Amino acid sequence: MSTEASVLFDAPGPKARRRYVVIAVFGTLVILALLYLLVSALAAKGQFTAAKWSPFLDPVTWTSYLLPGLRATLIAAFFSIILAIVGGILLGMGRLSQTTVVRTVCGIFVEFFRAVPVLMMMLFAYYVFLFGIGVSGDILPLLGVVAGLTFYNSCVIAELIRSGVGSLPKGQQEAALAIGLTPFAALRLVLLPQAITMMLPSIVSQLVVVLKDSALGFLILYPELVRSGQTLASLEGNIIPTFIVIAAIFILINYLLTRLARYLERRLQRRRRGPKVAQVSTIVSPSMASQSPLTAQGQI
Amino acid sequence: MLDGLSQLLTEYNVLAAFWMTIKLTLAAAVGALVIGTIVAIMRVSPVAVLRAAGTTYVTLVRNTPLTLIVFFCAFGFYITLQYRIGAQNSPIDVQNFRWGVLALAVYHAAFVAEALRSGINTVPKGQAEAARAIGLDFGATLYNVVLPQAFRGAIAPLGNVLIALTKNTTVLATIGVAEASYLMKGMIEFRPDLIYAIFVIMATGFVILTLPVGIGFTALSRRLAVKR
Repeated sequence: MSTEASVLFDAPGPKARRRYVVIAVFGTLVILALLYLLVSALAAKGQFTAAKWSPFLDPVTWTSYLLPGLRATLIAAFFSIILAIVGGILLGMGRLSQTTVVRTVCGIFVEFFRAVPVLMMMLFAYYVFLFGIGVSGDILPLLGVVAGLTFYNSCVIAELIRSGVGSLPKGQQEAALAIGLTPFAALRLVLLPQAITMMLPSIVSQLVVVLKDSALGFLILYPELVRSGQTLASLEGNIIPTFIVIAAIFILINYLLTRLARYLERRLQRRRRGPKVAQVSTIVSPSMASQSPLTAQGQI
Repeated sequence: MLDGLSQLLTEYNVLAAFWMTIKLTLAAAVGALVIGTIVAIMRVSPVAVLRAAGTTYVTLVRNTPLTLIVFFCAFGFYITLQYRIGAQNSPIDVQNFRWGVLALAVYHAAFVAEALRSGINTVPKGQAEAARAIGLDFGATLYNVVLPQAFRGAIAPLGNVLIALTKNTTVLATIGVAEASYLMKGMIEFRPDLIYAIFVIMATGFVILTLPVGIGFTALSRRLAVKR
């Protein structure tokens, strides 16, 4: 409990504290009532019987359905994030290019693909691989998922890179140019490494988005966690327990990734702080704040 | 290509599909705003229990794939458990629509709550302290000083949530709601020869839907930005 006053509430006095206790009791009752409603709605249809949950004690459930599904999800996410980082850096560099044509083309590309839903890109990629290139077999859905996720997330990462470079102190580029580097070399050797380090937390949280979006592969028959869970559920007749278990797996992994992102962010902040660069960090932080909506958008 | 485009537009009711996308977006946006506001109030409240409950909601929902939440509602509550929203005898597509909207609202409420909270966080503590110093009571401080600034700070992130929500309505294709990506899948399966034209049409539709929202919200947040 924070004793420090927030912008909304002053430090509570004895009267306010009593009022908080009343609100706390009332709020707890409302929350418990809502939870009871949800649980009883499930229990009324027999969702908490042993028969519905015992499959999860059977190792075969895990070895033949959930773990292969998780593996497929992780494989898709891994390839997508690697390719998206590569694509994102290239596109980001393109958007910062000195050449108007490159800058415009990359700008239109990024804005366009950021506006198109990931699912549509997956569907499109899937059918292009199927009809256009003639890919078939098990690799086809994976290609569709990875292509869709890569396109979208490269654009998000390109924006992260661009705003990262934009928020660097101007002296960095000026110093690089002053020692005789070309604008491209300055970008490549001085600005990008700093921008990427600074954006590392956002890139890790983007991995959460990639993991979540890989579940869209369901529609193009990619055997990821949700689909393999559904196969399991149709055999065992326990769709709700299965979804609860799958949600728990996703929440656990993504929560750990979010924690990692926060840890990285704190570490980087600590490094930037320091008596001499104090002024720099005050220049950086407002632009970081204006950038958070962008990272927040990536999160959805 | 042009021939293909006109052929597709006459053969398929693209406008109806995008109208469904718009309806889903608006309905879910209202729901997400209602739930999200409640969660945001809980998250910034001085009562620890409510704060913890709000944080739990955001953490759980934000880390679950939307697809899973949609399935939970449509396949779980509706198909398997036979729970219906509203009239008991309404047809399947109406029920799918309602459960889909509920799933979208529940999911995006977490992001709305975060947007509102980040808006409140943009208000410096000195604003409230100054308001209290000139003798405003709690309600007046909130109403006249803090909330107007907080809403202005929340406009840009709220706009981003609305754009993401528009795009995320496509996830409902997985439960057969006849929105844009559902139509796209059907179109490609029947006319694989026109796949590029189909993608151009559908993608452009989303650019048309989201671009003005983005530009509008950015302009609004700039115009209303609190000068500090």
